[in-house]
Amino acid sequence: MLVDSPPEAANAPAAPRRRQITRSAGLVASVGALVAVTALGIAVGAKQVPLDQVWHALFHYTGDDTDVVVRDVRLPRTLLGLLAGAALGLAGTVMQALTRNPLADPGVLGINAGASAAVVSAISFLGITSLTGYVWFAFLGAAVVSVAVYVLGGTRSATPVRLALAGTALSAVLIGYINAVNLLDTAALDRMRFWTVGSLASATMTTVREVAPFLLVGAVLALAVGRPLNAIALGDDQARALGARLTRTRVLAMVAVTLLCGGATAACGPIVYVGLMVPHVVRAVTGPDLRWILPYSAVLSPVLLLGADVLGRVVARPGEIQVGIVTAVVGGPVFIYLVRRRRMAQL
Amino acid sequence: MSSTVKTDTGRNDSPAAGEAARTGRSVRAVRTAGGLSVRLDVRTLVVCVLLTAVALSASVLLIGTGDFPMGPGDVLATLTGSGTAAQEFIVNDLRLPRVLVGLLAGAAFGVAGAVFQAVSRNPLGSPDVLGFSQGSTAGALLVLVFFQGGTFAIAAGSVVGGLVTGLAIFLLAWKGGIHGYRFVLVGIGAAAMLYAIVLYLMTKANIVEATQAVTWMTGTLSGRDWDQVWPLAIVCALLIPLSLLYGRPLRMLEMGDDAAYALGVPVTRVRVVLLAAAVLLVAAATAAAGPIAFLALTAPQLARRLTRSPGPNLLPAALMGAALLVTADWLSQQIFGADQLPVGVLTGLLGGGYLLWLLASQRKAGRI
Repeated sequence: MLVDSPPEAANAPAAPRRRQITRSAGLVASVGALVAVTALGIAVGAKQVPLDQVWHALFHYTGDDTDVVVRDVRLPRTLLGLLAGAALGLAGTVMQALTRNPLADPGVLGINAGASAAVVSAISFLGITSLTGYVWFAFLGAAVVSVAVYVLGGTRSATPVRLALAGTALSAVLIGYINAVNLLDTAALDRMRFWTVGSLASATMTTVREVAPFLLVGAVLALAVGRPLNAIALGDDQARALGARLTRTRVLAMVAVTLLCGGATAACGPIVYVGLMVPHVVRAVTGPDLRWILPYSAVLSPVLLLGADVLGRVVARPGEIQVGIVTAVVGGPVFIYLVRRRRMAQL
Repeated sequence: MSSTVKTDTGRNDSPAAGEAARTGRSVRAVRTAGGLSVRLDVRTLVVCVLLTAVALSASVLLIGTGDFPMGPGDVLATLTGSGTAAQEFIVNDLRLPRVLVGLLAGAAFGVAGAVFQAVSRNPLGSPDVLGFSQGSTAGALLVLVFFQGGTFAIAAGSVVGGLVTGLAIFLLAWKGGIHGYRFVLVGIGAAAMLYAIVLYLMTKANIVEATQAVTWMTGTLSGRDWDQVWPLAIVCALLIPLSLLYGRPLRMLEMGDDAAYALGVPVTRVRVVLLAAAVLLVAAATAAAGPIAFLALTAPQLARRLTRSPGPNLLPAALMGAALLVTADWLSQQIFGADQLPVGVLTGLLGGGYLLWLLASQRKAGRI
């Protein structure tokens, strides 16, 4: 990934400016794509809603059937998709930079599984059913697993393979635990099996309102650590020489990842690979500067998530394929492609 | 490997004694009059005998466990044909198949795990991590949920799913040869996709099927009958000896492709044959007992630690797998009550703890 040198170090004076223009134009185009996919997210589904009807429901609400579908079903679902998508993309980007690991993703590193296991425990043992109740458990699970994977993978000498293995291994353990709990408690299984898939279908405005603050704080933190993480990309010694505060940056980055993954997982269940794919695509456009990668990921990840959600609704009409399955099926090949590339670039 | 030099009480002039002195192990060569010779590693031999004893004792205990408890004496008497009619029915029709599936599936997972770990040169390269188990599960669930298939159809779905996954991972990881880390990572990618498909099938199922599916996914020996024993027994009888035959070249592969090639090992052929055998063993065992968590991961590792012998340790791994699974099944019935929780829950918990320890202890050594 670090093949082209950072723009500050580039010799030719014209190149950075051209790059700057490309990046800005790209970001504008990405926002355009986001608007388009948002409109699709509201309009497409089991019941097609023409765009003028969408407009009508949003701004001249009269309470007819279509208005209700748009306001109470499609709108919260789309909003949650926007928030969760941005959260997963930012989390993936921060994790890839933090671990200098191109394969880092909240799903691959087991953080989603940690949040899921904690939520399953909350539902089954403590009888907690509300989102506000289990969002805290999701944070706890996400935090414990992110620290555990980081430690188990070997903090200093963490290779991509070792981290991915540590994450997969932990996921396997946690999935086993989730299965065991589900077997003992069939009622929990009935609720859990829809949640563990990863879906936006049950989103309500309450969900959005409850989870948004956590995601926003996480997003601000993630964007703020972009600059020091750039320094860390050069290696610990160089970063220290440049005056980056390694521990503080790492802790803040972990807090951001925990808030983003925990919040997104609590709201829509574990969704894998969004945080893996988007940063790779983005890096191809922006180059290695995290101050550009982070905003790009925040805009393009919801495009992917909402796109996957719409796809899942269209393909299996009148039913739907949950978004977590669509992203996993799309993301698996991308992951394998990244693995197969000639030489896995270190971040 | 142990660094203490053991005294070899055998003939000191034999080549084996020389090897023993070099490696600090008791290795003997047994020669027959016909000119055949077999290398015997005493420690490995002792471990194998002990594991066999554990597996058989646990089997007897497991047969004696249930709504109609039987003492070990009765069990042995019935097995040798001198029990009452009721005992004959309970042992031969109800409980013996369960134990046999446990022994065979355990051995199959053990061998397959040892092969995968040796080929991927990674102690975590087990079927659970590599996606074969998920492939088998997806195949079985597909049959269960969409076609409401019976036991045999579900088993067939599991075998087909495992084979297709194995082939796909093999082809995707192939790039002028199979390389360790790429193999593992491609497997991880495939596992995540397949797990998503499994979850999707779970949402399509009704709650009865879903419970059945979770039980199956965890791995269970409950309610096995002879229909499950025979196919598994045939696969094991063919493929475990075949794998054992390739044990030596596989051990050389662990030194790296170039070294193995230089020593005259047909590198690619050994890999392809062994991987095919391992995938088939996993598929057959999964069809009979479900993808029992972590067995294939832990059995070879534990066997290796007990024998303190380098290399894949295929036979000890098979015996360890059989002993572990039957013991775990007996233990889970003692702990959770008869058939409350499938045996996979216990192996999952124990295996998970072991796995975390493995990750923690080996990260410094840099072997993972």
